[in-house]
Amino acid sequence: MAFKIIASQCTQCGACEFECPSGAIKFKGETYVIDPIKCTECEGTFETQQCASVCPVSKTCVPA
Amino acid sequence: MSAPMISLQSLSGTTVFDQLPAGAKSGACASSSCGSSAKPHEMDSAVWEKIKDHPCFSEEAHHYFARMHVAVAPACNIQCNYCNRKYDCANESRPGVVSERLTPDQALRKVIGVANEVPQLSVLGIAGPGDACYDWKNTKATFERVAKEIADIKLCISTNGLALPDRVAELAEMNVDHVTITINMVDPRIGAKIYPWIFYDNRRYTGVEAATILHERQMSGLEMLTARGILTKINSVMIPGVNDEHLIEVNKWVKERGAFLHNVMPLISDPAHGTHYGLSGQRGPKAMELKALQDRLEGGAKLMRHCRQCRADAVGLLGEDRGQEFTLDRLPDKVTYDASKRETYRAVVARERGDRMAAKSEALGMVKTAGSGKSLLVAVATKGGGRINEHFGHAKEFQVYEASPKGISFVGHRKVEQYCLGGRAEDKSLDGVISTLEGVDIVLCARIGNCPKDRLKEGGIRATDAYGYDYIETAIGALYAAEFGSEPLAATA
Repeated sequence: MAFKIIASQCTQCGACEFECPSGAIKFKGETYVIDPIKCTECEGTFETQQCASVCPVSKTCVPA
Repeated sequence: MSAPMISLQSLSGTTVFDQLPAGAKSGACASSSCGSSAKPHEMDSAVWEKIKDHPCFSEEAHHYFARMHVAVAPACNIQCNYCNRKYDCANESRPGVVSERLTPDQALRKVIGVANEVPQLSVLGIAGPGDACYDWKNTKATFERVAKEIADIKLCISTNGLALPDRVAELAEMNVDHVTITINMVDPRIGAKIYPWIFYDNRRYTGVEAATILHERQMSGLEMLTARGILTKINSVMIPGVNDEHLIEVNKWVKERGAFLHNVMPLISDPAHGTHYGLSGQRGPKAMELKALQDRLEGGAKLMRHCRQCRADAVGLLGEDRGQEFTLDRLPDKVTYDASKRETYRAVVARERGDRMAAKSEALGMVKTAGSGKSLLVAVATKGGGRINEHFGHAKEFQVYEASPKGISFVGHRKVEQYCLGGRAEDKSLDGVISTLEGVDIVLCARIGNCPKDRLKEGGIRATDAYGYDYIETAIGALYAAEFGSEPLAATA
């Protein structure tokens, strides 16, 4: 029940961070990281996972 | 090599009145569509006040004033087929050069650093690398911080328009007087070929549905800005076979909604940039195709022709990029704004541009009184100030002007490889310069050696440094009169 970010694909644009309704995404070290404890996959909030929907690179925000 | 900069001395030096041929009568530019090059007496004075220091909104101002972009807004809500988000956005930011993303605090440091060193600086823009209205927190924080330190800097943003309607009120509050919206279509079926998806209202939309939403948001954003008196520039990427013909329709729509300026830019689609268009073999337009479309748009919304498609972190006059001089590691940790250079420069420009406008007006009169139906294409080497003040071998671009019965108008620029690098002349690059200048009749520069002059002549292009340090229009007016006028140049006082 969580998403993760493939760091090598990430452009570090940060859109996922401010779209995440759970505050689960933070910039750590060199990349954005999803906190699996906070991530709800947007269930009950939005019909699609916000991080994956806004991410400009496909297959970057994916199910963990 | 030291950076090209207009020295204050060079600006306050030579005057050209004594070089103007006698009998020149003043006259105004006949073309009302050369909006970006319009002079104050041709436009509302309130509008002129807004654009007179903005190099992108005024062709006249671009000879004197510089802009800088700070790359504080990396997040985007749209995917465009000409942009590859894994690297710098190909159309906003030239490929192959690293751009530094900044936090609002770092941006403030950079703006002050540049303002202290580049007296021409007048505009701070945020043009991504993502979307400035979508990545709003960063954009707003940057504007607020900078406006507090440098009160007279003009704030400017570039946006795809999707989030724009939500930001218009705050833009107005922050005195953002200039907004650029990229509008590539007004028909969502064409939009669907340009935008694979948008992110709006918490979900991703695709196809015609996505383009419809984008289109409606763009139009309403534009109308809201117009209603508030904020000047808008519309950027359109010309994509041959996709929206090239359609841009005529786009021009009509944006004109009806009060757009101040329309900037049609050529698609950049190098496969190496990894964009969808680059990889699918979609070509960009040739320089002459772009000019042909721009010429067809004359009479619609005013056209911008002096765009250099600059990077999201560009610094300096439009024809140059000094961004590499002001990377974070080159800036002092603590900077304090020192207004002295900018103030001195502005005082000089105020005098100088008055002189130049008078000279220009006389030059236009000369072209008209020459009474010829012919037109002359002139390439000018300049490093700013509206003067012919660059050596042929040092020019990285030539500004191209057309003198015709309609007047003297700026038609665009042509980038070249510098012929003379570090004092050594390169024959190979001269061939490149000659082919780039195809169609040009005469090259004007501050200095040129006999060798390149002869080689240009063999290529069918005349070159002269006889008008070195003159105002551009003065020289072109004199040339035109000499070329086509009934009175030869002997009339020169």
